[in-house]
This record gives sequence, structure tokens and C-alpha cells, in this order.
Amino acid sequence: MSETIMVVFLGLISVGILLSLIRMFIGPTASDRAVAVDTITTTIVGMLVILAFVFQRYIYLDVSLVYSLLAFVGLCAIARFLERGF
Amino acid sequence: MELVGVIFTGIGVLFLLLGNFGILRLPDVYNRIQAGTKCTTFGTFFTIIGIGIIQPEWFWKCLLIAVFVLVTNPISSHAIARASKKIGVPLCDRSVVDQTKEFVEREET
Repeated sequence: MSETIMVVFLGLISVGILLSLIRMFIGPTASDRAVAVDTITTTIVGMLVILAFVFQRYIYLDVSLVYSLLAFVGLCAIARFLERGF
Repeated sequence: MELVGVIFTGIGVLFLLLGNFGILRLPDVYNRIQAGTKCTTFGTFFTIIGIGIIQPEWFWKCLLIAVFVLVTNPISSHAIARASKKIGVPLCDRSVVDQTKEFVEREET
């Protein structure tokens, strides 16, 4: 029962990611695109935890943790690049 | 217990959807940072805690991921906001007050 509801939730999250992807394509400045990427990665962390419940795989939680860590490091690098260049 | 977890996850998914909609809808970089960071932090926290309530043997790992997102997400968005203020991304036309302007002038004099 709850697996079916979780699949519906996954569909709703996918719609949200599509909305952010539109902003990532039409964003006027580089900061808009960086913000859109930040939102997409944080959304995907939640999506991976729901996928771990749907497939009953404990290892996906580790994948989600490493994904959020890499997203944090990558966004700090992008912000530093925007601020003063390489 | 399962119903409580599904309700928590539903609240989180609703906030994730609204945050992503705000990214598309709002007129300005700083407004978009506000919508994206607040809504997705809250939504991810509630989604992960809801899954942890449904599966009680996963609860501590889920709490670890949720606290990690809760700590690192404001830091990265603050870095992006600071960088876009420094390279001079303009505010939108309808914004009323810019308090950083007088602060920058006071720093320069």
C-alpha cells in the first residue's frame, strides 16, 4: 500500500525537477543556473531515499549521503569560481 | 506508525514541489535562492524523517542524512548569494529596499 503512494510521490518530485530544469535552461545569468542545480541536487537526495524504500535497498542511503556531500563540495567550488575566477 | 510516516513524506514532497515551482516562478536570483533553499531543506528533512518512521531500523541513518542536509544546504546557498552579490547580479525592478548598498558604501569610505 505505502509503496504505491511512494511511487506517486516520486512522480510529483519528478515534475518539480522538470520545473527546475526549465529554469536551468533559460536562466539569464550563471547564478540562476547554479541555484537551479543546488535545488535539483537537494531534491534528488530526498528522491534517492524514497527509491531506497521502494526497492528495499539499504545501500541507497549511503549513495544519498555521498551524493549530498559531493553536491555541497561542488556548489562551494562553483560559488568560489563565480566570486573570483580560477 | 506507517500512516504517520506516509503523512510526513507527503508534507515533504509537497514542499519539494513548491520549492522547485518557486525556482521557476520568482523574478530574481535572491528570491530564487530563498525559495529553493528554505523549501527544499524543509522538504528533504521531512521526506527523510518520514521514510525513517516507516522503516524503524533505518531511522538513525536517515537522521544522519537529514542533519547533514540541514547543515550543509544553507552554507552552499549563502556562498552562492554572496558570490552573486559580489559580481553584481541586479535585483529585480519591483524590489523596495537594498540594505547592502549603504553597507558597501560605508565599507569603501
